Amino acid sequence: MTVAIRVENISKQYKIGIQVDSYHTLRDTLVDAVTWPIRALQRKLPSPTDFIWALKDVSFEVHKGQVLGVIGRNGAGKSTLLKILSRVTEPTEGYAEIHGRVGSLLEVGTGFHPELTGRENIYLNGAILGMKRREIDRKFDEIVSFAEVEKFIDTPVKRYSSGMYLRLAFAVAAHLEPEILVVDEVLAVGDAEFQRKCLGKMSDVAHEGRTVLFVSHNMSAILRLTEETLVLDNGKLIYWAASNQAVDHYLGSGFSKSGERTWTQDEVPPEAYPFRPLAIKVRDARSEIVDILRSIEPITIEIEYLLDKPTKGLRVGIYLMSVHGEYVFISFDTDEPEQYERFGTREAGRYISRCTVPADTLNDGRYVLGINASSFQVKRYFQEERALVFSVDGAGAPGKQWPEQRLGLLRPRLDWQIERL
Amino acid sequence: MSQTNAESRTDVLILRPSRGWSALNLGDLWRYRELIYFLTWRDLKVRYKQTLLGAAWAIIQPFFTMVVFSIFFGQLAKVPSDNVPYPIFSYTALLPWGMFSKALSDAGRSLVASRHMITKVYFPRLVIPLSSLFSSVVDFAIAFIVLLGMMWYYQISPTNVVWSLPLFLILALITAFGVGLWLSALNVTYRDIGYIIPFLTQFWLFITPIAYPSSMVPEKWQLVYALNPMTGVVEGFRWALLGTETAPGPMLAVSAAISVGVLITGLFYFRRMERTFADMI
Repeated sequence: MTVAIRVENISKQYKIGIQVDSYHTLRDTLVDAVTWPIRALQRKLPSPTDFIWALKDVSFEVHKGQVLGVIGRNGAGKSTLLKILSRVTEPTEGYAEIHGRVGSLLEVGTGFHPELTGRENIYLNGAILGMKRREIDRKFDEIVSFAEVEKFIDTPVKRYSSGMYLRLAFAVAAHLEPEILVVDEVLAVGDAEFQRKCLGKMSDVAHEGRTVLFVSHNMSAILRLTEETLVLDNGKLIYWAASNQAVDHYLGSGFSKSGERTWTQDEVPPEAYPFRPLAIKVRDARSEIVDILRSIEPITIEIEYLLDKPTKGLRVGIYLMSVHGEYVFISFDTDEPEQYERFGTREAGRYISRCTVPADTLNDGRYVLGINASSFQVKRYFQEERALVFSVDGAGAPGKQWPEQRLGLLRPRLDWQIERL
Repeated sequence: MSQTNAESRTDVLILRPSRGWSALNLGDLWRYRELIYFLTWRDLKVRYKQTLLGAAWAIIQPFFTMVVFSIFFGQLAKVPSDNVPYPIFSYTALLPWGMFSKALSDAGRSLVASRHMITKVYFPRLVIPLSSLFSSVVDFAIAFIVLLGMMWYYQISPTNVVWSLPLFLILALITAFGVGLWLSALNVTYRDIGYIIPFLTQFWLFITPIAYPSSMVPEKWQLVYALNPMTGVVEGFRWALLGTETAPGPMLAVSAAISVGVLITGLFYFRRMERTFADMI
């Protein structure tokens, strides 16, 4: 098989503070002017702590016609890798060779100007993405009908709805026909219908035998579009395997170290006495504390706390909400009457209250976990409605064979019977 | 058919850290010529969208500057004007000057203004300052029509050296582009450049014989004064169009050589800094 992309020990070093968007104001400039001699000195003597490796010794190969996925947490180096391969920035070390014309889609609508009409922006954006004018002429009608903006094609895009704007931007990009396509998280925008359309177009591209490098946070999209996937963490390539294994590794390896909220003594108000929360954690099926949980596996929630004196009638529990604030449920550790009898009075000491949300309960999405400790109609000791945020990934959940967004907070696996009468 | 074509001419792109000075790679720039065209076209389109007077602004600016100059310098201060009416004397100079200062300041700010493109897509970065240069030429062409009207009004016919006009134009563009390249590349790292540009153009305006003839400059300073390429451009414009006695001398060759020097060093400096643009901007 012929190689399309070969990457050997690619590394990229950033100076801290430069990588982030450094928009300079007048004040900055004045401060800069004052501190210039110091900075000038520092430039001569760079200290090693001023640098970070956004990417370190990454090597891999992509064959012609292969669709390779790249996953990893924010800051893992995915975007840096794509920027290097699409020649936006140079590697600090290492070597890469690319066989064929590269089209990169790090963003849709690069160079779109709000004052220009849809028609004008198609030509401008096409030229920026490296298309020839004749090529754009040829595909113009196709682009317009894909974007469904026929009626508004001569209207300035500043009057477009955000949906129309995104559709047009994606449509131009989708009609780029390079031999190698490098795509960043462009599908994470827009409404469900638009995402469905984008995914459809992406899989067309994949089936046309073009080489694609595809970065996404959407595990279902990765599983559907790619054969092999790279997992990046902290700038290093930590896993490279068939996509289903790579996704399992990523979701299961627990290197996403959030998924935990701890309280220090001074974060707890004195009114909470005698209750003192220590931590709330979410654990996956392998008991790892993770930020991304799988819909098809049970989720364990733990609250760890101290009681400074014996407490009567205490109930410790959770609120589960969507990020939009809709309640999924509220549950307390002494909801069961026998349990309430047994723990009528809790002695002073350190406790863990643990519960399990069964597999196949929650839909894809971000969820907010709140904590409450109270004695009913006596006192609310402690409450924090947004203690922890975690994600649920629906890969493998019922109905995932259809690339559509299922509304609702729950994704149960129901026992359907189909009878012919 | 196209498949086999693509197979056979597949070009291999090598990505590796580059060190030191790099080649100018003008071939790459040529491949992206359509992008230069589209960006120039965008600049022009956007500049006059939602303005009442549209492209008339390209005329209004030099025209009213000429009116103000004629009142204060021509009428009140009685500045001499090489035996041509003061309004046309100053307008002939304001045209190349306006193009030069606009090209210089637009090119100088161009990279920072296009940072959203630079961090997301590859293309030869020279495309950006180059397209700001071209859009200033279009404004110049529009304002030039007024000059023709004024020449008709004052009954001045162009001299037989009018063919040299494009050469002066090119000298102005080379100078603007050379300085613009330095400024734009420096602006990526030091945003101070954004504040320096207005001072620079204002200062340069005073050391160029726009409101006054260069003959007013004392003899002992003439040599230094002529080092400014814009002196040669402005004097050349008057000489070719109005027939003033300011024929370009040997100093023009020296200042042109300086401009070309600034352009070449600017190109190499730009190419050297280019690889860090996306990280620094």
